Amino acid sequence: MNSVKTTEAIISKSKIKILVAEDSAVDRMILECMLKKDGYNVILAEDGVEAVEKFEQENPDLVFLDVLMPNLNGMEAAKKIRALSGDLFTPIVFLTSLADTESLVTCLESGGDDFLPKPYNAIIIEAKIKAFYRMREMNQTMVRQRDQIELNNKHLMQEQEVAKQVFDKITHAGTLDLPIIKYYMSALAVFNGDVLLADLSPTGSLLMLLGDFTGHGLPAAIGSMPLASIFHGMARKGFSIGDIIREINGKLYHTLPVGLFCCATAVDLSFHKKRALIWSGGLPEGGIYRAASQRFDMLKSGNLPLGVLSNREFNHTPTRYEMHEGDELFLWSDGIIEARKPEGEMFGEERLNALLNAQSPVADVFGNILKQVQEHIGDSDGDDDVSMVSLAMPDDSIAQKILLNAPKSRGSLADWAMTLRLNTSSLKTFDPLPLLLNVISEVPHLRQSSSVLYTVLSELFNNAVEHGVLNLSSQLKSSPEGFVEYYRLRKEGLAELVEGWVTIDFEHQLEACADGGVLTIRFTDSGSGFVKENDIERTADGNLHPNYYGRGLQLIESICEKLTINVPGNKVEAIFRWSTDD
Amino acid sequence: MAINSSVSGDGKTLMIEVDGRFDASSLDEFRSCYESGQSALAGYEVNLRKAEYLDSSALGMLLVLRDYAGGDKAEITISNCSPEVKKIFAISSFEKLFSIQ
Repeated sequence: MNSVKTTEAIISKSKIKILVAEDSAVDRMILECMLKKDGYNVILAEDGVEAVEKFEQENPDLVFLDVLMPNLNGMEAAKKIRALSGDLFTPIVFLTSLADTESLVTCLESGGDDFLPKPYNAIIIEAKIKAFYRMREMNQTMVRQRDQIELNNKHLMQEQEVAKQVFDKITHAGTLDLPIIKYYMSALAVFNGDVLLADLSPTGSLLMLLGDFTGHGLPAAIGSMPLASIFHGMARKGFSIGDIIREINGKLYHTLPVGLFCCATAVDLSFHKKRALIWSGGLPEGGIYRAASQRFDMLKSGNLPLGVLSNREFNHTPTRYEMHEGDELFLWSDGIIEARKPEGEMFGEERLNALLNAQSPVADVFGNILKQVQEHIGDSDGDDDVSMVSLAMPDDSIAQKILLNAPKSRGSLADWAMTLRLNTSSLKTFDPLPLLLNVISEVPHLRQSSSVLYTVLSELFNNAVEHGVLNLSSQLKSSPEGFVEYYRLRKEGLAELVEGWVTIDFEHQLEACADGGVLTIRFTDSGSGFVKENDIERTADGNLHPNYYGRGLQLIESICEKLTINVPGNKVEAIFRWSTDD
Repeated sequence: MAINSSVSGDGKTLMIEVDGRFDASSLDEFRSCYESGQSALAGYEVNLRKAEYLDSSALGMLLVLRDYAGGDKAEITISNCSPEVKKIFAISSFEKLFSIQ
């Protein structure tokens, strides 16, 4: 051989198994010797039948077949071997002394990959074996990878099937089967992160949310989990749509990576107030079909999507729309505008607006829009993630029937009272404010006031501890050094406290009209009171030369309806009144 | 709750950022921000973007900072105030003492 053989090449050659089928004993021996000398693993067969048998038993990498053999000739054997080989590519090379073109062509057409003319040329044999073995290896790699992909795909499909069942439950949960709701979500839409939720609130409203997460597939769909659980949990407890939107925004803002967010429109439809509160961020506008004028009023979308801004910067105030009997609210995802024909043309806003502003009204607006969009899409598949929902204002009798299924308000704190008494050891170490705020936040509508209520509670608690239990004087705080000293004394005082307590009473009642309530907050402490000192503080109101103290009670008075301090000042009562906006 | 501070690009303003609750429990942290010896500062900015709650002791702390920064000559901006916080500042007439944004 003229080629330089490396050790590696020899090792790999012994692994290459070659089947030689040849009826002439001499020819067979010549070829066997040549191949063995080169280091190949050789298997021999004396006719076509034996060749097929040996092929099955040994699974060789390469087959040399004599064309003319008894029992089964080479071409027939080649067909059988080809069939047995299946997906795996096994090169078949015919050994032939025939020289006419026609015979050689017939060899290849019957399933051979090449032919080797007799007498044999060792260099050509070696070259052909190498070339075919490379092809076989390439084919094996391909088959292996294809099988792996098939397997992965199968797993993925199974996972998606399970996930889809879960998502279907989550994204279609609640009360979407009400007669006043019509909706369509294409199969692809659910897994592309579209979500539609509806639930009845104990306040007599129907709450609904249509959302569309950015991106596609699992990452997009995953955000619908927290969204749905917050929506249903809070809706059933009677929280307002603004509170729910705010809570969802905060959750998504903290959990989703930057760039993943949720375009959404949220609706609170009150049957007895005949109005809809609509918060809209990022979704196409949608509109209200007015039964009286048979025209569409388009909604305004003014907010950023959910999960983009922190709750501090987030505006959760919904817009109010009158809704009369028979009026119907329509919402859709941008999938409806971007729905494409097979040729790629989008359905587009113009077509949609033309439909909405059609002069001759149709009985079934929802069905008509959907039909037009689906006719537009035709057979094209791929980006069919269309979501659309309509919500009609029912007449009073239907509204009553629907509200029979509404949850009673026992799901949330309504009328309640609680007392928390902090004794010496708790006062030293425990900060009660987060706990108190948590309790207050369980009251729908009080949650949105948690920031100002924190200020009130903090003032009252610090008053009780500092001026009551520790008997510190605010006058200390009239200089910067004193201010620091005051808080040093507070720390020291608490650390050395021998006996003292603070009692906090809450009492909350809904107002008769049920659109508001009153929270009474009472702090009582073990101290001897600070009333006299407090009088001095008040005279400083509006003073432009500021003192570092005396603002606390003023703040409480501005936030609360009423502030009462008993004499001598170890008991303070603040009354906070709230009402819903409409 | 945490308070972070840094000097602005031009080296003239100390930026103080409050995260979470802003009340007496943050007093030491707040003071150490501006008392750590930055001289030649022209002004201060207290960023309340991430502040969730505040009470009157926070107001007191801001006044102490104002005093430290030169009293009536102090240039102090309180930035990124939420509507609730602005209301609290208004009640205490803080807009006459600070630049509130």
